[in-house]
Amino acid sequence: MFDTLSERLEKAFTSLRGKGRLSDADIDATCREIRIALLEADVALPAVRQFIGAVRERAGGAEVSKALNPAQQVIKIVNEELVEILGGETRRLRLAKSPPTVIMLAGLQGSGKTTLAGKLGQWLKAQGHTPLLIAADLQRPNAVTQLQVVGQQAGVTVFAPHPGTAEGGISGPPGDPVAVARDGVAEAQRRMHDIVIVDTAGRLGVDTQMMAQAAAIRDAVDPDETLYVVDAMIGQDAVTTAEAFRDGVGFTGVVLSKLDGDARGGAALSVRFVTGTPILFASTGEQLSDFDIFHPERMASRILGMGDMLTLIEQAEASFDADEAQRMAGKLATGTAFTLEDFLEQMMALKKMGPLSNVLGMLPGMGQMKDQLAQVDDSDLDRTAAIIRSMTPGEREDPKLINGSRRARVARGSGVSVFEVNQLVDRFFEARKMMAQMAGSMGLPGARRSNRKNARKSTRGAKKGKKGKAVRGPTAARVPAGLPPGMGGMAGGGMPGQPMPDLSKLKFPKQ
Amino acid sequence: MEYVIIAIVVVVVAAAGFLGAGVARTRRAKMARLPPSSTTGETATLPNPTETVAPSIDSPTQALPIPAPDVEAPDLEAPALEMPEPTANRLIRLRARLARSQSTLGKGLLAVLGRDRLDERAWEDIEDTLLQADVGVASAGEIVQRLRERTRVLGTRTPGDLRALLSEELVAAIGADTDRTLHTFPHADAPAVVLVVGVNGTGKTTTCGKLARVLIADGHSVVLGAADTFRAAAADQLQTWGAKVGARTVRGAAGADPASVAFEAVRMGTEDHVDVVLVDTAGRLHTKTGLMDELGKIKRVVQRQGPVDETLLVLDATTGQNGLTQARVFAEVVDCTGIVLTKLDGTAKGGIVFAVQRELGVPVKLVGLGEGADDLAPFEPKAFVDALLG
Repeated sequence: MFDTLSERLEKAFTSLRGKGRLSDADIDATCREIRIALLEADVALPAVRQFIGAVRERAGGAEVSKALNPAQQVIKIVNEELVEILGGETRRLRLAKSPPTVIMLAGLQGSGKTTLAGKLGQWLKAQGHTPLLIAADLQRPNAVTQLQVVGQQAGVTVFAPHPGTAEGGISGPPGDPVAVARDGVAEAQRRMHDIVIVDTAGRLGVDTQMMAQAAAIRDAVDPDETLYVVDAMIGQDAVTTAEAFRDGVGFTGVVLSKLDGDARGGAALSVRFVTGTPILFASTGEQLSDFDIFHPERMASRILGMGDMLTLIEQAEASFDADEAQRMAGKLATGTAFTLEDFLEQMMALKKMGPLSNVLGMLPGMGQMKDQLAQVDDSDLDRTAAIIRSMTPGEREDPKLINGSRRARVARGSGVSVFEVNQLVDRFFEARKMMAQMAGSMGLPGARRSNRKNARKSTRGAKKGKKGKAVRGPTAARVPAGLPPGMGGMAGGGMPGQPMPDLSKLKFPKQ
Repeated sequence: MEYVIIAIVVVVVAAAGFLGAGVARTRRAKMARLPPSSTTGETATLPNPTETVAPSIDSPTQALPIPAPDVEAPDLEAPALEMPEPTANRLIRLRARLARSQSTLGKGLLAVLGRDRLDERAWEDIEDTLLQADVGVASAGEIVQRLRERTRVLGTRTPGDLRALLSEELVAAIGADTDRTLHTFPHADAPAVVLVVGVNGTGKTTTCGKLARVLIADGHSVVLGAADTFRAAAADQLQTWGAKVGARTVRGAAGADPASVAFEAVRMGTEDHVDVVLVDTAGRLHTKTGLMDELGKIKRVVQRQGPVDETLLVLDATTGQNGLTQARVFAEVVDCTGIVLTKLDGTAKGGIVFAVQRELGVPVKLVGLGEGADDLAPFEPKAFVDALLG
C-alpha cells in the first residue's frame, strides 16, 4: 500500500504545529513529499516538476489560515491545482453541423479502443443518435469480429466490409483501413447515420509506418473528434506516447480507460499536462454501460490517494438496493432494531463492492487506519457470514437469545470455536451501539420520525451543524488523545459544500 | 437520498470496526490451524470442475448455463502451415528492437555520468532516469543509494566505469542468476500446463499465440485452451493463431465457464499425448474479487488433472506503479511463476519489473517485442538493462 500524500505530509509537519507561516525548508520538505506521492501515482516526471514549481510558488506566499494546519493547507493547494489542470474546461463531444459527425479512436494496443467504440456507440444511441461503428482495425486477429460482437451487444450497426486478420488470414490481400474508413463514412451518409465511430488498430508511437497510416485515415475521414484512448494504468511512458500521437495523428480529446482498477491514474494529469487536451470520458468496467463523462475532482482525489467518497457512493448505490438502504437507515437510527440478519445482508452487499480494504480506503480520513485496513481480510467476511448463517432466524432477530448451549451449537455448525461466536455476538452489540450513536449524531431521519416531512428539507442545513457534532459527539469521548488531526473538512475536498463526518475520529472497538 | 448515503457509510464503518477487532485474533488462529505445507491443504478441498460460482456483479455472464465446451479441430490439411523460425536467433532482433526504443533518456544519463563531479544534482538526475523508466520511487532510491556507496568505496570517477557499475547494479536488482527457463517439458503421462493470466489489454492472447509458435518451432506439440469466454472474439483470435501453426484450439461457447474449458483443454491434451497445453484466460482487473475467484477456480480445476507447470503473468511494459499491485494480487491468487513483459518495442521501458522482482521475486521469463508472429523472446537481464540505460 502506498502512503497517501496526506499521511506523508502529516508526518512531515508534526514538528511544525503552531507556526504562522511556512519556512522555505518546510516547503522544500513538502515538495519532496508531493513529488514522491505524484510519482507513485504515475504522474510523469516532467509534469511532476512543473507542477511542484507551481505549488511551491503558491505555498510560499500563502498566509497560513487559522482553520487548517500547514499540511492541510498544502494539500488544499495541491488539490486545487490538480483540479484546475485536470478540468480547466470540461467539454462535451463536438458534433458536426452537417451529419455525420466523425469520431476517430486512436491509441496503443490494448488500451481498450474496440471496447470503447461499443461503449460510445451505446451511450450515443441512448442519447438518440444513430451511430455507425467502422471496423478499421485490420491488424489484430479478429478485432473486426470483436467489434461486430460488441456492436451487436450495444445494438449499433457495424460497418465491416473487410474481415481483417481473421482465421486463415493468409487468404485474401491485406485490407486497407483507409479505404474501409472512407467507405464507412460514405455508407453512413447513405444510411443516414448521424455519428460515425472509427475504430483503428492499436499502434506504437515509434512505429512510423502505422502512425502514417493513422494520419491517412484521419485525412480520409476528416474526423470532428479524434479521441486518444489511454489506459489508466500507464506509467511514465504516458508523456512520450501522448506526444507521439499528438504529433502523428493529433487528437482533440482523451478517454481514460480501465479506471475501475486501483491505479491512481496519474496518466490523466500527464497527458493533460503535455498536450493540454481535455479528458472527455472515463471508462470504468467491462460492461458496455460502464462509461461516463470525466470528473476532474474525483480524479484529483484519486491521484492524491485521498478518499474518494463520490465513487464509493456510486459503487454503494450500484450494490445496495435503495429501498433496502432506506429501510436500514431507519433501523440504524433506532439502534436496537438492527439485527444480525440485517447485518448479514449489509455485509453481503458490501462484499459485492469489491475488496473490503479498497472500499474502506475510499472513505476520507481512513488513511491513518491504513495498518488496520491492511489487516481486514475478505475471508473474515465469509467466516462471519458462516457464523450468522448457523443461527436460527429467532437468534438472528434477537441475539440476546444466544445462551451457552446455543453458542456451542452455532460454533459446531459453522466450524469455529465457541470463543469466536462469543466474540461475534459481543462485537455485534458493540457495533450496534456505535451505529446508533453515529446515526443519532448524524441526524438520520428515522431518529426523528415524527417530523419526517421536514426531514428532507432540513437535511442539508441540519447536517452542517451536525458535522461538528459527529466529531464531538458521544463517540469522540472514546478517542484517545494525541490522535493526529484527521483530514476533516479537507478530505471531502471532492464534495464542495457537503461536509462529511470525520471518520478518522471514530475508534474501532479493540480487543 | 442523502441519508441513505449516510446510512451506507455507517454500515461500512460499523462492518469495518466489527471485523477489524476480530482480525488480529482470527489471523493467529488461522496460522495455527494451517498445516506447515499449505499446498497440500488446498488440494484436499479441490472443487468439482462443474461447480458453479454464485453470480457476482463483476461477471454477470457466469450465471449462464454451462454447455460442455465443444472442441473444434483445426483444419489440419490447411494449405500452408507456417513453420516459425526457431528461437535461437531471436535475441539478435531483440537487441535491434530495443535499440529502436532508445530515447533521449539514455543520452541524458550519459551526459550526467560524464560530468567532472558527481554532485547531488547528478545523483538526482540518475534517479530521475530510473523513475522515468517506471522503476518506482522506492526501487530507484535503493538502486541509487547502493550505487553511491559503491562509487565511494571504489572511487570510481570515469563515466564508463560508472555506467558499467550502474548497469551491474540494475542487473543485480533484477536478479542476474534467477532461473528463467520455461518449464514446458511434458510429464510422463501428462502434458505440461501453462496458464496465462493478466489484466485486460496486456496481450495475453497474443502471448499465447506467440508462445505456441515458439513451442512448435522447438518441436513440441501444443493444444490451446481458449478459457477467455468473456471478451468478444477472444477465442477466435486464439484460434487464428493456433490454426496458423496447426495447434488445436479447445473452446467453449461465449459466456461458458472458463474453468470447464481449461479442464477440457488439459483433458484433450492428455488424451492426444501432446507436450504442452496453453490456457489463455480472460483479462481481469485485480480489483474484481469475483473475477479473481474465478481465476483461482480455473487453476484449481486444472490442477485436478496434474500440476500447472507455469503460471505466466502478462505485464504491459507501459504499466506504471500499478503493475506491482497487479503482480501482488495475481501472485496471491494463482501463485505466478514467471512474468511476460509485453510491448517492449515501444518507448516504454518496463521498469516496473524491478519493483516486482524486488518485492515478489517473480522473474521475467519472456518479452514481447512487437506485433509480428515471432516477436517473443526469452528475457535477458543484460540486454534489458542496456536498453533501459540507452
